[in-house]
Amino acid sequence: MSEACKITVERRDDVAIFWTDGYINNQGGEEIARQAYTQLEAGARALILNLEKTRIVNSIGISILIEVLEKVMDRKGTLAFCALTPTIDKTFRIMGLAQYAAIYPTLEEALKAAAPPGETAQRP
Amino acid sequence: MARRENARVGQDEPGMREVSLTIPVAPDMEIVATAQAMALGEYIEMPRDKIDEVKLAIVEACINAFEHAQTRDDRVHLTFRVGREPDGPEFLEVEVFDQGKGFDQRSIELPSLEKTFGGGKKRGWGLQIIRSLMDSVAITSGDWGTRILMRKYK
Repeated sequence: MSEACKITVERRDDVAIFWTDGYINNQGGEEIARQAYTQLEAGARALILNLEKTRIVNSIGISILIEVLEKVMDRKGTLAFCALTPTIDKTFRIMGLAQYAAIYPTLEEALKAAAPPGETAQRP
Repeated sequence: MARRENARVGQDEPGMREVSLTIPVAPDMEIVATAQAMALGEYIEMPRDKIDEVKLAIVEACINAFEHAQTRDDRVHLTFRVGREPDGPEFLEVEVFDQGKGFDQRSIELPSLEKTFGGGKKRGWGLQIIRSLMDSVAITSGDWGTRILMRKYK
């Protein structure tokens, strides 16, 4: 049996968008971290995690996301989340992730916030 | 540590329906347990967001047992109950029981944002999450094991 979280990454200029699909546990969190660090090394300034297709993130997964957030902040970048279920939103707030990372209802709003002033990060 | 607590809250309430499940201590088995909660939550027409909260509480309880309990039988035993309190709301109750080494609740260091961010201690949030997501939580533990009894009202 495998509950592995599938992760798809899309780069739009200096914004990296991560689509997750499935349960984010330690393996899912580590895979997100691995791909996030790859994107940071490749010059990404803003990371957006779209959790539209994820209904459970356990506390181990969140602890790994916090490590990613710390690394992004060290590099003066930003990490944002969008399309969270109410339960994930509540859990992020319990563990403090919401204090340091922005949470948006939709990907469009996250992209708009990530875009430099006067620009948009929308697909051409 | 607490003495063994044999009382099983709610077991005798009228109309109670009960399902038992035993899972091995193995990766992803906690998700098997959440499927049962989903089915019973849907059975009482509990809102999906509340079912999700029960599922995450089960995940955290199982992970704690997997990682810390050192169970003698290499298993975690779950009992799911749906029922209604007298003149009260319907509920979904989950009991997570392991025959592990137990723990002293007073010795558990509470997690904090200060220790989590910028500090080295990012883990240890499981019980806090369970208590935040469920309407009632009772934990008993001793050298016989640990039992977490948690209830969510519809």
